[in-house]
Amino acid sequence: MCPVGAIDIDPAISRAVVDQDRCVECFTCYRGLSTEHLNPTVVRTIRKVFGFFRMRFDPEPDVCPTAAIEPQELSWPRIVRRAFSDPLVPHESTGIHGRGTEEVKTNDVTFRVGEGEAGFTIEFGRPTVSTRFSDIARMTEALARIGVEFEKKNPVTHLMSDPATGKIREDILHERVLSAIVEIKTRMERVPEILRTVTEVARGLDTIVAIGVSTRCSAEGGSALEEVLRSEGYPFWRGKTNLGLGRREAVPAS
Amino acid sequence: MTNTLHRYGTPQTLENDFIVFAMSARGINDTGSVAKFQRFLEIARKHNPINLGDATKGSVFRPSKSLNPLAHWFRKDERDPGALVAHVDQPTVVSAVFDNRDSLTSFLRDIRDADLGLSINISALTDRADELAREAGITRHSVEYSLGFFGALDKLPDRATLSLATMCGHGMISFHFAKKMIDWVKEGRRTPEEASTYMARFCTCGIFNTTRSCAILNECGNRNRG
Repeated sequence: MCPVGAIDIDPAISRAVVDQDRCVECFTCYRGLSTEHLNPTVVRTIRKVFGFFRMRFDPEPDVCPTAAIEPQELSWPRIVRRAFSDPLVPHESTGIHGRGTEEVKTNDVTFRVGEGEAGFTIEFGRPTVSTRFSDIARMTEALARIGVEFEKKNPVTHLMSDPATGKIREDILHERVLSAIVEIKTRMERVPEILRTVTEVARGLDTIVAIGVSTRCSAEGGSALEEVLRSEGYPFWRGKTNLGLGRREAVPAS
Repeated sequence: MTNTLHRYGTPQTLENDFIVFAMSARGINDTGSVAKFQRFLEIARKHNPINLGDATKGSVFRPSKSLNPLAHWFRKDERDPGALVAHVDQPTVVSAVFDNRDSLTSFLRDIRDADLGLSINISALTDRADELAREAGITRHSVEYSLGFFGALDKLPDRATLSLATMCGHGMISFHFAKKMIDWVKEGRRTPEEASTYMARFCTCGIFNTTRSCAILNECGNRNRG
């Protein structure tokens, strides 16, 4: 059940162990499993008896019979793992749970992405592959070289030592997280160039990169972005649609 | 809720997969939002959602921390949407999942009329979301498209496993577990409904679509028998 496969049975001790390097502190095992609080000695004995007769119990697959998993105290820099991997932990920088991004989900009240602009969400490690910040840094540095500006209200931007160069703090580069999102905004004309850069850099990374691109629709609900994506040959059929029911009166200048 | 963006599947398999979620923006419209989130969920309950979630507390499918060993044979359905609504106590993201367009359209009409002042988003096929929003008298404001996955694609599993696992975009449903559920259904050890419920319990935001999951598992089982 571990998303990153960090839990194995160690044959030397016949017990489950957690690979601390692989573990991203997502708390899926601790929170997601139901528990029974049975006596561990009794459970192991029953399993050994069944195993001796080449029999196997067919239990509920999402239950830890002994409630054996306990969270450990986390300190810097390991605590970064949990901040980006456990969806129930809000990011201090944005107050949002999960990866901590608003994108265009609140665009009807924040007006972050305007008409003629495109917002990008470049996500690393998804789905359940995980990533290290060193891979994310390779992308942010490449994007910085072509002159993009990173979204200020974004948890990854907060961990950059120099947003102008896309450099991420040295002390977290080795940390592994379940996923993290880099956000940028550009003029619509730059969408092909950004997509080319992202897909080229992604080819050299040891993780998956998921790309989302967004825009503000016209008054009639039209999306200028569709034509750009079509001409660039990107298939797109699924996404998020902000219905504009947030109701904010003043529209700030972009 | 980028976790809803990159659900893997063809347009055909995503046709009846609709997630609607409500959120506020910090410092703009989050003051007094708790009652509005509760109202959103109460309205959703009238339109037969198959899942509901509060991003800070969990979904209607939840693990139990004090199971009796008899649960392996007689496990109770512990879904309690009323408690989920009552326990919303801070600005959050709440969601409702629908598995048919009629429920979604009628829900959107009620949400429009309720005028909650929250940002409301539909995560679905973008053309279908636009069409159904218009049917409900709403013109979309902004749209975000999923362009899919790039990079080390050799790390991804087969299509069925990926379709199941990406229904929790936070990655709480592991490839191993989804694959195990496919195998258990193929082997007749669990029904698609049981396997879908197991997986839904790991998705804390409540965006896992159990109807779609059953369809995927059924297809895997049928292919095995065929």
